[in-house]
Amino acid sequence: MSISEHEGPALEHEPRSWSGALRDWAVRTLPPEKALPDKQPSYVASWIYVFGVLSLSSLAVIILSGTILALKGPGWWHFTGIGRFFNSVHLWSVELFFFVMVIHLWGKYFMAAWRGGRKAVWITGAITFLVAIPCALTGYVSQQNFDAQWISTQAKDAMNAAGIGSFFNLLNFGQMYSYHILVLPAAVVAIVIGHILLVRKHGVVPPFKLPATTAAAGGDGAGPDAEVSAS
Amino acid sequence: MSRRERLAEHDRYREWEGGYRSYDIVKEACIAFGVMLALAVVLTILFSSPDEKPSTVQSWARTDPVDFVTTATTELDGSSDTGGYGPPYNHASDGQHILFVRPQKWLGVSHPVNTAQDFVLAPLRSITGPPALQTAVSAYESASSDQQAKWTTAYENGLAKATASAGSTAISVPAGNYGPLPTMMAGLLGFAQSGGLDGALLSSKQFYQTDYTKPLLFMADGGVLSNRAQAEHLLGGQWGMMNETGSYPGQVWLWLYTFWYQIKPFSTSANADILVMAIMGVLSLALILVPFIPGIRDIPRWIPIYKLIWRDHYRSLAR
Repeated sequence: MSISEHEGPALEHEPRSWSGALRDWAVRTLPPEKALPDKQPSYVASWIYVFGVLSLSSLAVIILSGTILALKGPGWWHFTGIGRFFNSVHLWSVELFFFVMVIHLWGKYFMAAWRGGRKAVWITGAITFLVAIPCALTGYVSQQNFDAQWISTQAKDAMNAAGIGSFFNLLNFGQMYSYHILVLPAAVVAIVIGHILLVRKHGVVPPFKLPATTAAAGGDGAGPDAEVSAS
Repeated sequence: MSRRERLAEHDRYREWEGGYRSYDIVKEACIAFGVMLALAVVLTILFSSPDEKPSTVQSWARTDPVDFVTTATTELDGSSDTGGYGPPYNHASDGQHILFVRPQKWLGVSHPVNTAQDFVLAPLRSITGPPALQTAVSAYESASSDQQAKWTTAYENGLAKATASAGSTAISVPAGNYGPLPTMMAGLLGFAQSGGLDGALLSSKQFYQTDYTKPLLFMADGGVLSNRAQAEHLLGGQWGMMNETGSYPGQVWLWLYTFWYQIKPFSTSANADILVMAIMGVLSLALILVPFIPGIRDIPRWIPIYKLIWRDHYRSLAR
């Protein structure tokens, strides 16, 4: 059977392949115009929305600087100026990441961004924050300096008390380095990808409908009718 | 809000049926990346990053030989923090617990540490040289446990009044019945000051080493790390968990975690670590489940910060 025999409309009547079914599901679930939109709801007009993309951007800087540090090895940054530079970029991008992520989280909380079937969006965002904490901790104990010595010997007690220390040994540099450059970043990135896909699928949560009394006074409500009329 | 009202609200907010405006998500992402990269680089140029040199057993033995020998003696008789720790290092205790919940005990000893053997006796046995040292080690090992305890107790009392010699190459302990301990500890101190003990504590079954559990536990039992940490404001009572060496910001996001250690009953409890872990575990779960927790999920409605966030939208509707 030649390749040309597969071309043309005859394929439409053949049983669908797993690949085709997966593609159809993906396109149906997240159409291209939703995945990479060129328009967004009119209410998305506040600085608070910037902190989501800033969180992603700082994560990208973390991964970029961390990849360079990992490629050169854990001792490099102690002895070279360029190594110290990339270590500093890594440190400050982590500080920025947590700073903008916490603002993003509070912003979404006060928008009650889980409304309208968006609970999974909130849940994946919250899990990202929680997984990022041990990701940072393993970085601190992988520094190979006094800071790492102190943090690891202090934090071990909490890990041991919870039983986690039996398989997650903060005093074992090799194990912590593996967690820091592979396992935990992979987890953060995977959850963030899921978070982004869910945001694109469901869209940004619409504003609260204002109470009727406010609406009557001129503040207006945000119900479906009011929204349509405002467009 | 009733269940029916909540379901109706979910339907209302599921899809946006109002107006749209043009938007370029790729352009926004590129600009945001450039801004965060620039910010990180500017902060790097202005402040760099901290890198305090690590302590070593050698530097500890040279700068504070009395503390080193005192710690080594407590390792020998098992009275050090690590000696009485329990899992995952040894069976000296059951570890921390909440009521009947004892995860530390249940998970068992996964990183076995025998403080007397690993920190003192085995390193001393690795020293080939003065026969008197090996004779002293043999005398100690062949003595009864009662006799060993008498020697170590007397020596620890003597060490409380000990002084370092000029140049800190040796220590002077008031006369007493210490058995072979002075010879053993002089040998261990010399070994540590030469740098040999740093390597001996890392020794295992293979050439390459990445596990610093033993040297870190040994140093943490003494004052070498905590003295530096206090000067750097890193102790628990100094909210050290969220601090960093120098004046750099540390893990500021751990503020709530370290907060619990500052107040009773956690600040005085022998089970503080597991209690704080349990509290933070519950709070973390609550953070994930905010959309399902009555009251917590309603606060954004009660405190209308959303009116500030969407003020332009509400104004446009009013017009």
